Amino acid sequence: MELADISDLLDESHFPHILCAGCGHGIALRAILQAIRKLNLPAERVVMVGGIGCSSRVVGYVRMDSIHTTHGRAVAFATGIKLARPDLKVLVIAGDGDLAAIGGNHLIHAARRNIGLTVLCFNNEIYGMTSGQYSPTTPPGSMSATSPYGAIERTFDLCRLVEAAGATYVARSTVNEVFILTEYIGRAIAHEGFSFLDIVSPCPTYFGRQNRLGDPVKLYESVKDRTVRAKAATKMSAEELEGKLVVGEFVRKNPPEYTAEYRRLVAARGGK
Amino acid sequence: MKTILLQGNEACARGAIAAGCRFFAGYPITPSSEIVEAMARELPLVGGSFIQMEDEIGSIAACLGASLAGVKSLTATSGPGFSLKQENIGYAAMAEIPVVVVNVQRFGPSTGMPTAPAQGDFYQTRWGTHGDHPVVVLAPWSVEETYRLTIRAFNLSEVHRLPVILLMDEGVGHLRERVELPEEGELAVWERPKPKEPPDLFDPVAHAGEEVPPMPPLGAGYRLRVTGLVHGSDGFPSESPETVAKLLRRLCGKVEGKPELLQAEEEGTDDARVLVVAYGSTARGAAAAVREARERGLPVGLFRPVTVWPFPEARIGELAAQAGEILVPELSLGQLSREVERAAGRRVRSLTRVDGNHWSPGEILAAIEEAGGWS
Repeated sequence: MELADISDLLDESHFPHILCAGCGHGIALRAILQAIRKLNLPAERVVMVGGIGCSSRVVGYVRMDSIHTTHGRAVAFATGIKLARPDLKVLVIAGDGDLAAIGGNHLIHAARRNIGLTVLCFNNEIYGMTSGQYSPTTPPGSMSATSPYGAIERTFDLCRLVEAAGATYVARSTVNEVFILTEYIGRAIAHEGFSFLDIVSPCPTYFGRQNRLGDPVKLYESVKDRTVRAKAATKMSAEELEGKLVVGEFVRKNPPEYTAEYRRLVAARGGK
Repeated sequence: MKTILLQGNEACARGAIAAGCRFFAGYPITPSSEIVEAMARELPLVGGSFIQMEDEIGSIAACLGASLAGVKSLTATSGPGFSLKQENIGYAAMAEIPVVVVNVQRFGPSTGMPTAPAQGDFYQTRWGTHGDHPVVVLAPWSVEETYRLTIRAFNLSEVHRLPVILLMDEGVGHLRERVELPEEGELAVWERPKPKEPPDLFDPVAHAGEEVPPMPPLGAGYRLRVTGLVHGSDGFPSESPETVAKLLRRLCGKVEGKPELLQAEEEGTDDARVLVVAYGSTARGAAAAVREARERGLPVGLFRPVTVWPFPEARIGELAAQAGEILVPELSLGQLSREVERAAGRRVRSLTRVDGNHWSPGEILAAIEEAGGWS
């Protein structure tokens, strides 16, 4: 895959950015901008909506409309934007804590409505911005600032969550496989209904360090070791899949999108 | 003018449509649900958007998103729901997003009594969200005033780019009375400031000196940068002490010391020896009591704040200087009277009530007579 020039989409005026050395979020943002460029989307048709957290801050570094909202509420803000302006591509970028814990309700209901948002979860399996507390995707046994004796909570599989809620494009990838990741992001953005992409993006500063996973390269290798493609996963037992990251596309279907349905309702009632 | 029978909550919805509101996101809650229902019915007919969100927080968040897209937005709730919306009211203040939030007060705290009137949210409307912030709160006492104030709430919210709270109560919200509504176009409708420059020439920094900078809609090429973090005029987060203080003082300055925001009604205040201060549905009983007293020749006056925040402290200070006794009936344990005391610079007679019922004119009249030494 050729890398396109995306420098006009990136606002470097306030670099150095806030992300730590070795963080995966910059790779994920580049993949998003590459996907937007590949789709030939004009920048003014795209709105990036972030929540609160490390990942959510990346929306501040693009040369597009960007809204850095409140913790957990990015999907709800985006719902209002999409309903008011169905012609826009509305991207939500937020972390696992933001989307799956405090914002979980908005996530499942946006999926249920099949509203045309693209939700890109930068999943680093930890709360990074607040210094490394365990999140709904932190693997059991992991050390974190709030699980000093090892996490005992079971994890959320966010792809299965939004699939059950009604999402119509669902996929997972990691920042280790940028070409596949870029491809999935492009499909998620092009998708008319609610699309969700779980992007596994390691956090060396808090997850890696507290779990003694070594330097960023070693941490990325540990993610690679845990990665299983969806097809291979079908042949593995539940025990074998424990702690693994199943990647691939899980849902691709096209029932009516919410804002299109709403505009049909308005037209039927004589509204403009 | 057209005369119809209308409910307070329905008048709010009608006023919103007349003000140009074309987006509503809400969640059902007593005693404000008629507003959600009316907006669900009316908005599609005028090409607007309605959505029933999954919760109260999502409702105001969706409104803020729609407002950023350039559409006037309303959400309506009551007590518990209003508590849930607080964080995003602060976001609206910080990010300067126009939005109107209706709070039809009900008895609290907690679930309290959903269908009982109360005025216990007086301070929450002003100080509910964290941090110093600007907010305007308007409190109607009748169905017709609800209609007019809903339009004014949108007007103020738009031109000052801040959240405006319409503080109703169960008494006003569920009241049905005959009203004369203005014809369409009779009441002025104001719009938010928009940039005159095209997107490629627009530089937010060039507007740094303005109290209310222009607000481009998203999706128009302006490359809007919005955040709830303290930010410079370029929209980028900043922790420079100078930038931080400048922003906070500018935001709060939109409201403080602005007499044009204050709206109040007075009756018999010129010669009042006993001054009654009341707002919302309590002012209905107070007005009846004051009229009855004046018919008996007693020097009694009523001051009814319509803008309750910013609080009309200068006018209350003036009136307090000439009145002997000040009587403050309310449906809470002294929230309004505490603020009146601050403005008056002395103690007042606080008439508190927390049993789920309204003050009757007779009860307020008896208190007036006692205060004036006329009983």
